[in-house]
Amino acid sequence: MKRREFVRKSVGAGFVTGTALAFGSINNLFGKVPLPDSPADLVAVKGGNPGQMFDRGIEALGGIEKFVKPNQTVVIKPNIGWDRGPEQAANTNPHLLTRIIEHCFKAGAKEVSVFDHTCDVWTKTYKNSGIEKAVKDAGGKIVPGNTEGYYQNVDIPKGVKLTSARVHELILESDVFINVPVLKHHSSSRLTISMKNLMGVVWDRRFWHRNDLHQCIADYATYERKPDLNIVDAYNVMMRNGPQGVSVSDIVNMKTQILTTDMVAADAAATKFFGSNPADVLYIRKANEMGVGEMDLEKLIIKRIMI
Amino acid sequence: MQYTSLKKLRVIISLIFFVLIALVFIDYRNIIPEEFARGALYLQFIPSLLKFINLLSVSVVGFIVVLVLTFVFGRVYCSSICPLGVFMDIVSFISRKLKKKKKRFRYKEPHNILRYSLLAITVIFFVAGSIYFILLLDPYSNFGRIITYFVNPVIILVNNGVASILGSFNVYAIFPVEIQSVRFELWIYPLLFLILVTWMSFTDGRLFCNTICPVGTLLGLLSRFSIFKIRFDEENCTSCGLCTRACKSDCLDFKDQIIDYSRCVECFNCLPVCPSEAIKYTYKKTKYHNSGIKKIKFDSLPDDYNKNKRKFLTLLLSVFAGSAIGSIKQDTQEGYKDSTVPEEKEFPVTPPGSLSIRNFTHNCTACSLCVSACPSNVLQPSFKEYGLTGMMQPFMDYHTGYCNFECTRCSEVCPTGAILSVQEDEKKQIQMGIAKFVKENCIVHTEKTDCGACSEHCPTKAVKMVPYEDDLLIPEVTDDICVGCGACEFACPTTPFKAIYVNGHSIHEIAKEPEEEKLEKPVGEDDFPF
Repeated sequence: MKRREFVRKSVGAGFVTGTALAFGSINNLFGKVPLPDSPADLVAVKGGNPGQMFDRGIEALGGIEKFVKPNQTVVIKPNIGWDRGPEQAANTNPHLLTRIIEHCFKAGAKEVSVFDHTCDVWTKTYKNSGIEKAVKDAGGKIVPGNTEGYYQNVDIPKGVKLTSARVHELILESDVFINVPVLKHHSSSRLTISMKNLMGVVWDRRFWHRNDLHQCIADYATYERKPDLNIVDAYNVMMRNGPQGVSVSDIVNMKTQILTTDMVAADAAATKFFGSNPADVLYIRKANEMGVGEMDLEKLIIKRIMI
Repeated sequence: MQYTSLKKLRVIISLIFFVLIALVFIDYRNIIPEEFARGALYLQFIPSLLKFINLLSVSVVGFIVVLVLTFVFGRVYCSSICPLGVFMDIVSFISRKLKKKKKRFRYKEPHNILRYSLLAITVIFFVAGSIYFILLLDPYSNFGRIITYFVNPVIILVNNGVASILGSFNVYAIFPVEIQSVRFELWIYPLLFLILVTWMSFTDGRLFCNTICPVGTLLGLLSRFSIFKIRFDEENCTSCGLCTRACKSDCLDFKDQIIDYSRCVECFNCLPVCPSEAIKYTYKKTKYHNSGIKKIKFDSLPDDYNKNKRKFLTLLLSVFAGSAIGSIKQDTQEGYKDSTVPEEKEFPVTPPGSLSIRNFTHNCTACSLCVSACPSNVLQPSFKEYGLTGMMQPFMDYHTGYCNFECTRCSEVCPTGAILSVQEDEKKQIQMGIAKFVKENCIVHTEKTDCGACSEHCPTKAVKMVPYEDDLLIPEVTDDICVGCGACEFACPTTPFKAIYVNGHSIHEIAKEPEEEKLEKPVGEDDFPF
């Protein structure tokens, strides 16, 4: 029943989005003039611990209540890909997740679920990343992501190479979708940030690798069920040997967080921490060209907070 | 009726061992601690013996405990400790419940040629350096295989069914687990064995233990001299025959008051049924005690045994042939062209802690505990990787999974010493093999697009991405820091041949630790770079 309802909804939503996109990107549609209640396109916070930075960042973005309404279901997609401890920053910071979940419940969320389609054995990565405990302690629900049965086929009409994908049911069913990537160097895609993190909501990743990885990442980013909020965890940043890292010597304590609704903007801003130009990361450039978001930081209203 | 509680005790102990050992094998969620698993398997005769020979350590003397137990109490091992023996009792129990006419055992002559030949072959092969007949006949290992190959998939299937029902209500407390798909051809032997054992115990109690099992035959040699024995007391005996009817080893003849102690498994079934206290379990010699066997007659197995066996074999072979024909090639993805260069592995990869192919194949009885315990599904029973005599001994199958960098589970649970216990830090440097890159198969080369799945999964960055044409990056292997975990091979998306695969070492080596370089100060450490 739930699924059928969803399919109906998503077809409708797809139609609306499709029409909207025909007139240009969503950003353009709503205009660049900041309204009094829409403070910024992107908030960057620096200098605190992950929880503090989130408190300040989300406040600057208008508060969690802007994204989570009472009685809604929330799905959070962190990076829990690797069987590594929190100190190695191969996975999203558990303290950040705790704080996000607390905020969601404060806003009246009915349920907050967390999952990732991991690379290493999921029971180990969930546990050793510290995320399982952090989520449970905060009252959230840990959901397995490594089961094909939880994935449902969806069409990606704007995809060039990736025209359909099997997506985890929580992404399709939840009212609110929060993407919480950790910023890392990445041997496949150069950098992993918001868009690359969404590889963990689909089932068949080998297809992406075989069929032009950058194009597939950008293709999936065009899919209509985009994250309602992206929170880039750049507290500890793996500067090389990503995405797993070899030791803590790969890590820099960057104490940064980026919050935005625009995945392309998030990724473009995060790229700067590596001294790179967003356009040099092929999937960011492609997603920008496909109208997923804005990679030109000059065109964005950025709010910078130093703690 | 004074022996009722002794028999009850035997049944309880049997069931405890059976359930514990079965649980150790079924534990697909790795809940049972390794120490507990080791404890539950401590007394298993063959694994303990092998580990003792391998390590010469006093910490593995389970088999000596068994020998002492046998010398004192008789073959209690067969009755209570051997999980396959208990399984046969359960089958026998069910057969008695099912049959309308109550099963009556009767005294039969032992199949001496068969049982001693099998024991001799097993021992001779073992002394000559081959574990092959132990692998085929050891009751514990066969029990383990049956659970791993046939029971676990069913249990996981049920688990997954429940999980998917709960999942549709968004309850994820029980989660689906990947079913370990043991290659179908490998079912043949364990399945035949299961059928044989089930049939033998269904029709004739402990016939298997006293005819085929080399452990049973070996302990039988010792139990003739055991201190405690079932003994007749002729003065009290009324020749009612109830004891013989109850004897599932067919080794008790009330007429001549013969008990064949080489076959008695100390099940104590004969004791409580005796109405006149004419049969006792005691260390004292009773009057007219008649030990050993009156006359030795060599029987061959019943005719229908061979006939049935042949029937099963044909059936299985035909099913196998059907499956070979039925394997269908999967459609390739659009846009991507198949890889062309076949993988050429010189040696299979043996698990970390196994030291070498030789050590592993000489000590592994293919009980498959490591296969069911491996959380990554990388340990799979082999088909022809180790040759015919190594069939079913597990190998690292990097097409089904890869060895988790931090995990030492297989080395902790292996009861035979084929995989020796290793520390976590030590394990991270065990080089089981080395990755070999085949550029001609690689996506970056053939499709001219970025990929890097191999390097992404590499825990030591022995597989690194280096500049290639047009701003692309292509993998390069640094041999001396590669541990051969197979993550690269597993992750490589090319089909049908991988562009990177691990060539096993015949003797494991030690990998170097990856070097740590100091990081340059990044741009955004103190301020926003935008």
